[in-house]
Amino acid sequence: MNAPRPLSPHLGVYKFMYTMSLSILHRITGLAAAFGFLALVWWLMALATGPDAYARAMQCLGTPLSKLLLVGFTFSFVYHFCNGIRHLVWDTGRGLERAQARRSGALVVVAALLGTALVVWLGCRAMGAAP
Amino acid sequence: MSLRTPLGRVLGKGSAGDGVGHWWMQRVTAVALLPLTAWFAISLLGKQLQSYEAMRGWLGQPWVAVFAALLVSTIAWHSKLGVQVVIEDYVHGKGGKTALLLLSTFIHVAAAAAGIFAILRMALA
Repeated sequence: MNAPRPLSPHLGVYKFMYTMSLSILHRITGLAAAFGFLALVWWLMALATGPDAYARAMQCLGTPLSKLLLVGFTFSFVYHFCNGIRHLVWDTGRGLERAQARRSGALVVVAALLGTALVVWLGCRAMGAAP
Repeated sequence: MSLRTPLGRVLGKGSAGDGVGHWWMQRVTAVALLPLTAWFAISLLGKQLQSYEAMRGWLGQPWVAVFAALLVSTIAWHSKLGVQVVIEDYVHGKGGKTALLLLSTFIHVAAAAAGIFAILRMALA
């Protein structure tokens, strides 16, 4: 009963297409969002603990490495958000034709890049507006 | 001839015993997270994030606290389902897979508890 049967996902049998990388990216960004969730909880806990803990947390988020991670996380989240909508549309049975899926994929990438730029710009303003 | 029992066919829950429950809840939480995350992100971006008073004042409002708690619990649920699929797909050893699934479940429940506790503490302070 324990024969070495092929287990899904057996990715090696397909010819590579760029829509595949979008699909893989959906998983990677979802996994990144799981770590972002832990960061959100850590931030909420700091805020609930008091002014000193919150100041320390915001200091942590202000280092160059944190800023880089935040920008990466922003793209990750916006991409997962946009591509998630694409998946939900597919679930209704629409947009599954090859040409449509390619077009919606390109649209998601453009939307994710534009959305990231917008959020980073607004985020810089929100972070910098110290009273 | 099918080896499935008539009861099993009627219940339609398949070999994992869960039917389409996992798939469906992934979609339900996804739909809920579209407005919740958009609201939370847009609200945060309009605030003075460095100001402890401003953030406490915002999250201390009753409706903000309710939706923030909904956000945290829905993310935890959606994330738990998603991470579960990734572990099931790519971790093939039975022991390692079970251990990672348990760890992921515990972390998600603990994170949800901590997030909701933090929000309640701010809202009820």
